[in-house]
Amino acid sequence: MTAATVPGEALKVRLTAEEKRARILGVVYFALAVFVLWVFTLGVDPDLDATFKLSLPRDRFADLEWVVNARLVGYVVTAILAGLGALQLTRGFGTRGNLVLGIGLLLFVLSFLSWAAAGKSFSLVGMLTSTVLLSVPVTLGGLTGVMCERVAVINIGIEGQLLSSAFAGTLVGSLFGQWTGLIAGLVTGAILGAVLAVLSIKYQVDQIIAGVFINIFALGLTSFLATRVLGPNPDLNAPGRFTVIEIPLLKDIPVFGNMFFKHNIIVYATLVLVAALQVGLFYTRWGLRSRSVGEHPKAADTVGINVFRTRYTNVILGGMIAGFGGAFLTLGSTGRFEENMTAGVGFIGLAAMIFGRWNPTGVLGAALVFGFARSLQQKLGILGTPIPSEFLAMAPYIVTIIVVAGLVGRARPPAADGQPYIKQ
Amino acid sequence: MNAPMTEDVNKPPDDDRDPPVKGVMDRITGIGSRAWEALLVPALALLTALIIGGIIIAISDVDLLKLWREDPGEAFSETIALVGRSYQALFEGSVGSTNAISETLFAATPLILAGLAVAVGFQAGLFNIGGEGQMLIGGMVGLYIGFTLDVPSIVHIPLALIGAVIGGGFWGGIAGLLKARTGAHEVITTIMLNFIALFLVDYLLKSSVFQQPGRRDPISKSLNATAQLPRIFGSSYRVSLGFLVALGAAAFVYWLLFKSSIGFEFRAVGYNPDAAKYAGMNVVWLYVAVMGVAGALAGIAGANQIMGLPPYQGSSGFSGQIGFDAIALALLGRSHPIGVVWAGLLFGALTAGGRQLQGAERIPIDLVVVIQALIIVFIAAPALVRSIYRIKGGDETGEQLTRGWAS
Repeated sequence: MTAATVPGEALKVRLTAEEKRARILGVVYFALAVFVLWVFTLGVDPDLDATFKLSLPRDRFADLEWVVNARLVGYVVTAILAGLGALQLTRGFGTRGNLVLGIGLLLFVLSFLSWAAAGKSFSLVGMLTSTVLLSVPVTLGGLTGVMCERVAVINIGIEGQLLSSAFAGTLVGSLFGQWTGLIAGLVTGAILGAVLAVLSIKYQVDQIIAGVFINIFALGLTSFLATRVLGPNPDLNAPGRFTVIEIPLLKDIPVFGNMFFKHNIIVYATLVLVAALQVGLFYTRWGLRSRSVGEHPKAADTVGINVFRTRYTNVILGGMIAGFGGAFLTLGSTGRFEENMTAGVGFIGLAAMIFGRWNPTGVLGAALVFGFARSLQQKLGILGTPIPSEFLAMAPYIVTIIVVAGLVGRARPPAADGQPYIKQ
Repeated sequence: MNAPMTEDVNKPPDDDRDPPVKGVMDRITGIGSRAWEALLVPALALLTALIIGGIIIAISDVDLLKLWREDPGEAFSETIALVGRSYQALFEGSVGSTNAISETLFAATPLILAGLAVAVGFQAGLFNIGGEGQMLIGGMVGLYIGFTLDVPSIVHIPLALIGAVIGGGFWGGIAGLLKARTGAHEVITTIMLNFIALFLVDYLLKSSVFQQPGRRDPISKSLNATAQLPRIFGSSYRVSLGFLVALGAAAFVYWLLFKSSIGFEFRAVGYNPDAAKYAGMNVVWLYVAVMGVAGALAGIAGANQIMGLPPYQGSSGFSGQIGFDAIALALLGRSHPIGVVWAGLLFGALTAGGRQLQGAERIPIDLVVVIQALIIVFIAAPALVRSIYRIKGGDETGEQLTRGWAS
């Protein structure tokens, strides 16, 4: 699709786009600085302190908190943001641009929180813990995307895979116990992965249409079964949740103990999976072969890699990861199934994949950003800000559009992404 | 892979008689241009989807499943009876009486409009999943005009519909602009815009401008009587002027796509954006225009959801999943306006029948969504249908309709 442009011309366009982006970023830093000064600094009573709770009541080190003058936070953040803007415009941050942008946005959020929490007390540790929990299904959805797209199969059906396995998890989990429910979720994800694989590889159906089919089918079938089967039999929608396993000693670390070491098995497994896939994709034979199939299937075929088998295997494994995520939604999080309970998580996972540049660790990072946005929305509702809750609820979706629109830098997908391979 | 050269190669090409239907959909379905061939796969797709729907009805009845263990013979006859009654309800609710036919046309109205919105996108190689959001925004603008102005019907209804066109067109145009300027894939942006529109509408419906005085939930004020679409076959039948608007919109889309030069450019971009660009077409503007037109059509569908049925009020999520149903519909209608009208009537019949099914047999109407999803996959994978029914011929592979992230 991109072959027709003259290479030199394309390069020139790309460079000016990068320059333009750098300039826009610089202006954005200054705009944020002005905003912070105007609203979050001068708009707050100079005597009010914001109290951030850093521990939960039953922690070993309870009553940890950070009390700070809200206006002081505003002044400091304004100064740093203005400095970042000046540096961005004069010399730029090169490859660290996104990291600096992340820090800038984090500071912005900090000043926002101290403005919202001025004169009140806000459980920072609670928000960070729920950030981790909310990012788990997004991470697993994103990893599914990575598994499929690294072998050049676009998976728009992650949403449907999550939803179906969430349903299977709750139904089978209620009948035969949580572990069997988890396995049912994995099997359901694998089946839907196989459906995507067969449609896109064997029948060469347009991959996006195949994915949309999975989404609509899953939404229709799970809603149908939820009304017809779960509705009249509430005992079939009560699998219970996986128990929380607290890791000794580590759980007592302030803030981090709550964030990472007081969760159920699925959360730990997700973190392990991220590391395993990162190593697997970039340091093993399987990973090299998978990536070669995604970048240049013809070359991979020439050196004897079975392109079709690699694609089938990875897309089905990807489906299983989504199945794991679906099982988390019911067995690991809410403990019951509700119609359309995914509400776009699969698509946010796809955005996390793009944001994370098709790398497992990148996906985790991006998912944490999305989890943070959603967690912020929930906790601000409790705090009571003048911002209507509907606008806070939009935040993750707006962030997704910004990410996909490449405003945080263009990422390059696998070269053969979305194209069926036709053996000659 | 194994695309066999069929006998078609040796036949003289009879392309002279080609109707202007030949477009992107022909490339997806790989079906020739002769009428019976064009109908065969969709017909078999529908049949297969209905059969699978029957199986789902049978195996989702918990009591029936228990009966299989005790008395298989009885369970078998019960299953046959249940599926038979279900199909009967589906049939009676859709075409069994004059009222059923009115209900079918009533249900088809927004489906045709939203289906056209998806079809226009497909013709230009864009996958518009944003029908929901475009319906919501268009409907809200129509609603606002509908309860604020105090003018005669003959002015009021067109004004409200024009407002819906602008609102929906704006919301669709955002996705077109993002696609053209940043390369953001329309599948993701339109879905995200759906969620944003949903929350925006919830907010607006609770604001003092829209909210019905005395209510705390998201319910809008009622339309003035002058903005309500009149019923065309008397007050006892629910089918309204909106149905004629939908038919008119289909005729307009036909003209736009196949008789106007801008429609030619739409289809040229759909075939090959690079070639269109080198032919001097403004691809940025075309993407915005395509999504704008699509959004405008969906916007009318959204307005119909408020102006075409009692209580003539806006409520949370009034688009009611029609924007998603429209995807299957556009595929079934092969993205051709006339095909979309027929597919819309069929889906309207399924919806009307599905309501009867829900009332009579307490089978959730979500079954209709499952049937629609199955229709999508069978249309998109004609080779699958051919292999089920052992039909020879056709190009064995599906053609690529949409594009990956990069382009």
